[in-house]
Amino acid sequence: MPLRTRHLLGIEHLDKDEIETILDTADSFKEVLSREIKKVPTLRGKTVVTLFYEPSTRTRTSFEMAAKILSADTVSIATTTSSVQKGETLVDTVRNLEAMMPDCVIVRHPCAGVPDMLSRICRGSVINAGDGAHEHPTQALLDAMTMREKKGRIQGLRVAIVGDIRHSRVARSNIHLLKKLGADVNVAGPSTLIPPDIDKLGAGVTTEPIKAIRDADVVMMLRIQQERMDKSFFPTLREFAMLYGLTREKMKHARPDAIIMHPGPMNRGVEIDHELADSNASVILDQVQNGVAVRMAVLYLLVGGNPAQGPSTGGPS
Amino acid sequence: MKLLIKNARAIDPSQGLDDTRDLLIVDGKIARVEPSISDGEAEVLEAVGLVVTPGFIDMHVHLREPGREDKETIKSGCEAAAAGGFTSICCMPNTNPVNDTRAVTDFILARAKESGIVNVFPIGAVTRGQEGRLLADVGEMREAGCVAISDDGKPVWNALIMRRALEYAGMWNMPVIDHCEDLHLAEGGVMNEGYYSTALGLRGIPAMAEDIMVQRDITVAGAVGQHLHVAHLSTAGAMAAVRDGKRRGIKVTCEVTPHHFALTDKEVSSYDTSTKMNPPLRSEADRQVLLAGIKDGTVDCIASDHAPHTFDDKNVEYDYAPFGIVGLETAVSLALDRLVNSGLIPMSRLVALMSSNPARVLGLKGKGSLRVGSDADVTVLNPQKKVTVDSERFKSKSHNTPFNGWKLKGAPAATIVAGRIVWRE
Repeated sequence: MPLRTRHLLGIEHLDKDEIETILDTADSFKEVLSREIKKVPTLRGKTVVTLFYEPSTRTRTSFEMAAKILSADTVSIATTTSSVQKGETLVDTVRNLEAMMPDCVIVRHPCAGVPDMLSRICRGSVINAGDGAHEHPTQALLDAMTMREKKGRIQGLRVAIVGDIRHSRVARSNIHLLKKLGADVNVAGPSTLIPPDIDKLGAGVTTEPIKAIRDADVVMMLRIQQERMDKSFFPTLREFAMLYGLTREKMKHARPDAIIMHPGPMNRGVEIDHELADSNASVILDQVQNGVAVRMAVLYLLVGGNPAQGPSTGGPS
Repeated sequence: MKLLIKNARAIDPSQGLDDTRDLLIVDGKIARVEPSISDGEAEVLEAVGLVVTPGFIDMHVHLREPGREDKETIKSGCEAAAAGGFTSICCMPNTNPVNDTRAVTDFILARAKESGIVNVFPIGAVTRGQEGRLLADVGEMREAGCVAISDDGKPVWNALIMRRALEYAGMWNMPVIDHCEDLHLAEGGVMNEGYYSTALGLRGIPAMAEDIMVQRDITVAGAVGQHLHVAHLSTAGAMAAVRDGKRRGIKVTCEVTPHHFALTDKEVSSYDTSTKMNPPLRSEADRQVLLAGIKDGTVDCIASDHAPHTFDDKNVEYDYAPFGIVGLETAVSLALDRLVNSGLIPMSRLVALMSSNPARVLGLKGKGSLRVGSDADVTVLNPQKKVTVDSERFKSKSHNTPFNGWKLKGAPAATIVAGRIVWRE
């Protein structure tokens, strides 16, 4: 089943079937990653541009690797090396890229809504690789893939998301996805880092991490950023770690077979104890591996799933 | 020069008039208002089925000249006003340079006179450079023609400066118009704080940022006994504060914009930067309170907060786009459609909101009335006309509106300034 949309702007506007299509496709692509020769011709002749206005190692590498395994040509544009430094506007940058006819633009930007904006300019597909505090859809998809892999299902899982909910696009995308697939989601964080009406997205809300963690199948910790202290969201990282950091003590309240997730990059000793980050319960590196498979699936479904437009529809003979 | 308007439904709240009348205008003044007038020398404007009211006054407009003539000039803004049914507009001082001295006021009035379309009443700055520290040349600007003072775009941040401004402007019975916003609470916000800001991942401006400043201002205005006018009131809390202030006899008035009574923060969902303004589009609950305030008389005026921006300035990331939308050419249709044709208020109340009340708030002599001897500023309305908003046809230099393509019932039919028809459909 193809997706209804040409773009992946967020999880909010996907339906359950589309999410499951992506996850099933990702499962089948994962096998390719374990092959001796990691290359399939699926996207041969397609051009994928990554346009990152924020620093990123994991997500960018993951997308590029996914595209390359699918035999797409990739071009990376980082804001430090482009004409963005010369004051070019986002719209002009994208119009110029468009003139080179890419099949897909993968964008990360500190401002929410930028992928929506690009989807009104680009002829090809736009994939949101994280926009401000709005969405990070491929992160939620790789998280769901990992949960399905480890727990066999999403439906009925009890998932705790702990930390800076206010500024987290990962939390928003995960809440949308997990609710659509029938999980029970509880978010926990200091009241200053819980945005208004987040419960209307369908998540339970608490300021006590143990309440969210109790009987959880999945405990997802979010990255806390130093600069939030300067805006008085909390007094010190030490106090944040004491109240919200994941410790063995807090993990005792989760189900015995619960898994620990983190979208990275981790602040060891702040939101998560060293020993837990490296424990058997931690699936953090599985998440990274699944990230490549999920991004292959998304690229395949958006860029390669439909025959190319134009005279070369038949493809190389 | 004579103009005779025949067979109109004349509505003038200043004299309790709502009946079929003929209006004779002679030499720029209302000469006669009677059931039937004939005058062989007068140009005749047949107005059967139309409504004739004292000229509409938009007391909150940004004309951008001097400084950003690419967005709007005094001339293009006046043309937009005429096409929107307004005979008078008040321009805010946040130009470059700021209108904080007599020289800038003189310049604006000279330019307005050259264009000769609608009346322009400048509003001077409260503080020099709108920096919130030292009083601007209030007395000189008043002499030159300013009708109020405001640091609009920014609040008067310091309560002591607010006190001094109210006391000082009070010597001329001039209101201080405040853009009420606690800048700490609003810091970095680009839309209303609530469910939609959470879902969209955009930083919110909480309603309390407005509520608190309105409450503070009313407290200060009450203590010194001078006239405060709250610009673009948008929250339930601010409405309650104004209602309470009025009940306690404090000289407080307020205005509401068409976009705040017609739209809510749900509109931001597309990340369309023509939904970005300050104060932001609020919640549906706030919007209902604004409508209630318009109905019960707490709201004194409808004002557009016309804020032109170029396409390029708005064609950027939502976070980076400037606040504001154009409003001069949609305000009257939105008000007729949403307030009058919807049955919320009678036409006479709308005329008060858009003509006699702004004239009273600002003390504009000869304006806001069809009494014999008044200035012959007249707005002619066609309350039944169906229009589709087309921003490409705006006279304004800018087209940043969230209402493009909207179908509305009710529109201006002609605009008459000092007895001269400056625009007709």
